Amino acid sequence: MALLKGTLDVLVLKTLSWGPMHGFEITAWLEQRSSGRLDVTDAALIQALHRLEARGLLSAEWGESKNGRRARYYKLTSTGKAHLRIETAALMDYVGALTTVLTTRSAHE
Amino acid sequence: MSDESSTRAGGIREGVRRLFRAPLHTTDRVAADANDELRTFLDERIDHLVARGMSPAEARAEALRRMGAPLGDAREMIRDSAVARERTIRTRQWLEELEQDVRYAVRTLGRDRAFTISALAIIALGIGASATVFSVANALLVRPLPFRDPDALVWVANGTHEGLSDQTAQVNHIQALHEVKTSFADVAGYFAFYGPGDASLVRNGDAIRLTDIPVTQNFFSMLGVQPVLGRSFTPEESSGDVTNVVILSYSLWQREFASDPSIVGTSITLNGSPQTIVGVLPSNFDFGSVFAPGTRVDLFSPFPLTERNDQQGNTLALIGRLRPGATIDGATAELAVLAPRITAAHPDRNAFSPHLSSMRAHVVRQIHSALVMLAFAVGAVMLIVCANLSNLLLVRATARRKEMAIRAALGAGRRRLVRQMLTESVLLSAGGAAVGLVLALVGTRAISRLQSVNLPMLSDVRIDSAALAFIIALATLAGLLFGMAPALQLSELAVHDALKASGRGSTENRGGRRMRTALVVSEIALACALLVGSGLLVRSFLKLLDVALSFRPEMVTALRIDPDNDVLASQARFASYVDEALRLTKAIPGVQAAAITDGLPLGKNRTWGVKADGETRKDMNNPVAYIRLSSDGLVGAMGMQLVAGRDLAATDDSAHERVVMINETMAHTLWPGQDPIGKVAMIDTARRVVGVVRDVHHLSLDQAAGLELYIPYRQIMDYPIVELVVRSTVPSTTLAKSIRAALAPIAPNVALNQVQTLGDVVDRSVSPRRFFTLLLSGFAAFALALALFGIYGVVSYTVAHQQQEIGVRMALGASQRTVQRKILRDTLELAIVGIVVGTAASWIVARLIRSQLFGVSSTDPATFVAMIVIVTAVALVSGYLPARRASRIDPTVAFRSS
Repeated sequence: MALLKGTLDVLVLKTLSWGPMHGFEITAWLEQRSSGRLDVTDAALIQALHRLEARGLLSAEWGESKNGRRARYYKLTSTGKAHLRIETAALMDYVGALTTVLTTRSAHE
Repeated sequence: MSDESSTRAGGIREGVRRLFRAPLHTTDRVAADANDELRTFLDERIDHLVARGMSPAEARAEALRRMGAPLGDAREMIRDSAVARERTIRTRQWLEELEQDVRYAVRTLGRDRAFTISALAIIALGIGASATVFSVANALLVRPLPFRDPDALVWVANGTHEGLSDQTAQVNHIQALHEVKTSFADVAGYFAFYGPGDASLVRNGDAIRLTDIPVTQNFFSMLGVQPVLGRSFTPEESSGDVTNVVILSYSLWQREFASDPSIVGTSITLNGSPQTIVGVLPSNFDFGSVFAPGTRVDLFSPFPLTERNDQQGNTLALIGRLRPGATIDGATAELAVLAPRITAAHPDRNAFSPHLSSMRAHVVRQIHSALVMLAFAVGAVMLIVCANLSNLLLVRATARRKEMAIRAALGAGRRRLVRQMLTESVLLSAGGAAVGLVLALVGTRAISRLQSVNLPMLSDVRIDSAALAFIIALATLAGLLFGMAPALQLSELAVHDALKASGRGSTENRGGRRMRTALVVSEIALACALLVGSGLLVRSFLKLLDVALSFRPEMVTALRIDPDNDVLASQARFASYVDEALRLTKAIPGVQAAAITDGLPLGKNRTWGVKADGETRKDMNNPVAYIRLSSDGLVGAMGMQLVAGRDLAATDDSAHERVVMINETMAHTLWPGQDPIGKVAMIDTARRVVGVVRDVHHLSLDQAAGLELYIPYRQIMDYPIVELVVRSTVPSTTLAKSIRAALAPIAPNVALNQVQTLGDVVDRSVSPRRFFTLLLSGFAAFALALALFGIYGVVSYTVAHQQQEIGVRMALGASQRTVQRKILRDTLELAIVGIVVGTAASWIVARLIRSQLFGVSSTDPATFVAMIVIVTAVALVSGYLPARRASRIDPTVAFRSS
């Protein structure tokens, strides 16, 4: 399932709210939680991480992965946390509205 | 970083990093990191898939597929986003740090109010002065003249002499230029022998004198000036011997006609004849400021290109407009061929030998070097300002060593501290620039209103966008420059030393003291150079006033009493008019002497060729003399000095021999080594020399007088102007009213709006020199004050630092006087080094401004001695206060404070 514009950012922020992770950990977490239904390419995810860091929503530090590789770990900044809260609320609202509209049965059904 | 926990708990350290150190990631480093990140991602996924049971080859293929792009493309995309990220973060950090620096600087500056205010004042004065001078130079040298496509305008002088008859051309010359196709798209001219106040306007029974400039029909269209009301002259209006239309200047329209929008078509009475107003010129067209600085021009009339006007000789100042693509050099080459033909076509008329120069070069020709001089002066002032500020900041930096050391210990890098210092200095200069801008606005406004100063384009002096840009650039540059010294010194600061040393007693490093001494010495040296420069100009000015003037302008009033045209038409009627006018004037109580002349000194520019009788030169090379027509008694009324023979007399009339009175230069030129009295000169006719007077300088005081001659009015019929010159004990305004009342029976329309004293005439003539001299003296005074301030600062700082030493010496028995004397001696040493360097600099400066000097040599000993005395005195004064303070040091207190 392709992602709606802007939702990838929120999903990344949400993932990182569980703690600092490097790029693949984030993807793995997302794939696991969505049972593989979310269609995000790896290149797009890394670019999204860079973008979010540039906006000050994430910060990054080099560290070592569990398999001993040099990995870039991302964590939420306080701005990122606030952003996540606001965007989540907005998205939930939107999804709720969509759900209401789309699940209303029409008269002749 | 391998320790994972420290990495993950890096929040605080990250903050510290952000606060004090800018990350310096090079693009290569960022790209390599992005590559690492991508590889780790791929490898982690492969491991993950293998752990789920895929073969390594399958896992690798799947991982590459999930990347979503060929590996090369993905690598590039990720590298780009990483580079973009670094750039954004760096910019934001830079802005955040700047904000912090500015906030911190504002806080510290606010705490040290005395320092901040004096620093702001110094910068404001420096920048205000610089921006004002810049605006003057901008108006004169850079901004286009207020005409359409002004770069195509060319001043066509008919010769190289400064005399007007030698700058102007004859009617047939301009006609010839109109007939032949040349590089000129058009050539126009104005009548150069107009006299200020020549036109008498009688309205509502009251007379005022106006200045009217006759111009050729195409004059305004050639310049590209469009009347705001009505129109320009038509060819019909510009033909024939009598014209009856005028165009008003905007200011006259406002002043005398209350900006009446329906003025066009109405008639006014000028010099007794009716004239129809056909147009009003726009407010930005100021003839005077471009062509006749210091003259207020009121209206324009047509100058017909007729045979009769041609016979008047050289009368027209010519201005040409080049065709697109044509050059002055091209036009010059063309005219070199054409001009001799024009001359040959009328052998009976004056020669045409055009010299072309760009309009702008013509306008600024006399003040160009003065402006350059001012620019250098203001540059020197700005350097002194920077040196002074540098010194102030150095003192402050030393006082703040502990604060800096603490910040450094807390993790602020040297770069960051230097930046902090530079932020402070740039902030200071920005604040100073804001105040300086206000000063410059006031300064330029004052200059643009100097109507009586004989300098072109002054009314155009204002702060425009170029001046604003100049101020901003200057303030930034100055801020960086004077912030540099303390910042450099700071970077040598040894943190632990500063922390260990106790605040006040700490010995200052030698580098700092040397830098401060060098700054003060250069300040003194620059001030010396400015003092000598302005001193030489002041001396020139004084010389000009008392040496060159060979008449006494005190208590002499001049006003126009031109009779009606019918009186002027008859020699006999004119003679009796003048006799009667002089008789009535002399009868006024308080009047000591009175005479008439056709022009006052220092302005009226009318020349004729003259030669000694029997002399055979080629007609062209006859010397040119300034001519005056006058009544008897002019020598007494003006206070001129007769050196031989007699003044003109009442008996020098048409029944007697034609005579002339000449000046010394003319006597020496025509009859070198001989007694000129009784010799005959060929002027308009053969005239016998009856008297010789000192040179009166009919053009300007700082130019050589040239040949001058005085013709008795009873022997010539060429009297366009009648100027009454009266020496009296009565103030000129009162006197003018009495004269008007006394002359009422014969001259009912004497105007009082142009009454002037000869003092006014002299003032106006020397006004450019006074203007530049005053400005430069102001700069020199400012520089001297700054030097005083600088010396005072350094000496009192040294004294403060040597408190203990002084205390010890006083405890050991040194008297207050020995302490004082030592400090004064140190101060003097400083001053002497500055003066030695400054004298050398002054010598160079004096040579550079040689062309501006008058009657003073560039090595004038008096000026140099005065400079040395003044600077020494200033040094002693500025050393005295700290010295006195030092001598009052209480040894016990000095010890305790350590």
